[in-house]
Amino acid sequence: MNISSALFLLIGSFLCISGGVGILRFPDFYTRMHAVGVTDTLATAMILIGLMLQNPDGLVIVKLVIILLMTLFISPTASHALASAAVHNNLMPKLEETEDNKKVSSSNP
Amino acid sequence: MLIAATIAILVVMIMAITRAIMGPTHYDRILAVNMFGTKTVLLISLLGFVMGRPEFLDIAIVYALINFISVIGVLHYSDASIFKRSEQQKKQ
Repeated sequence: MNISSALFLLIGSFLCISGGVGILRFPDFYTRMHAVGVTDTLATAMILIGLMLQNPDGLVIVKLVIILLMTLFISPTASHALASAAVHNNLMPKLEETEDNKKVSSSNP
Repeated sequence: MLIAATIAILVVMIMAITRAIMGPTHYDRILAVNMFGTKTVLLISLLGFVMGRPEFLDIAIVYALINFISVIGVLHYSDASIFKRSEQQKKQ
């Protein structure tokens, strides 16, 4: 039980750090949002499951499940609101310069 | 292992606050602050287990709700003129 808990915590920490590197190094707002989405759902779930496997009491497990469910509902909702606000305010993603992009950017200034 | 995970979360929080300080657009800052809040929830839960006091989980639940409400509350002002003006200045 302790080994599985340590494994889950290790995977969660690795995913968290990779998401943190992503938010620093990615070139664009939308790609940064992808990196944050990884840490918001999968890494949070891994760390909370790792805490559940530490053999706490019954009520503590219930509270951890409540935190997990709230995080899984809340963070995609916040990400969706943020992305739709950015698109609504004409924040364009960084795209590679090809013929199609030039056509799109000329027709949609 | 709990302490290692806590240190990893602290490092990620430092990365997120760096992006919140130097983010080019407002949306980068909002995204980084949202990530910072989620990592704070994880940090409070982990610290409760490290210190042997799992009552900290109540605080973590409340912090998750406050984080969500703050992000949605800031995004309510995304129609305001300061958001659009800063984007136009970036293009020029």
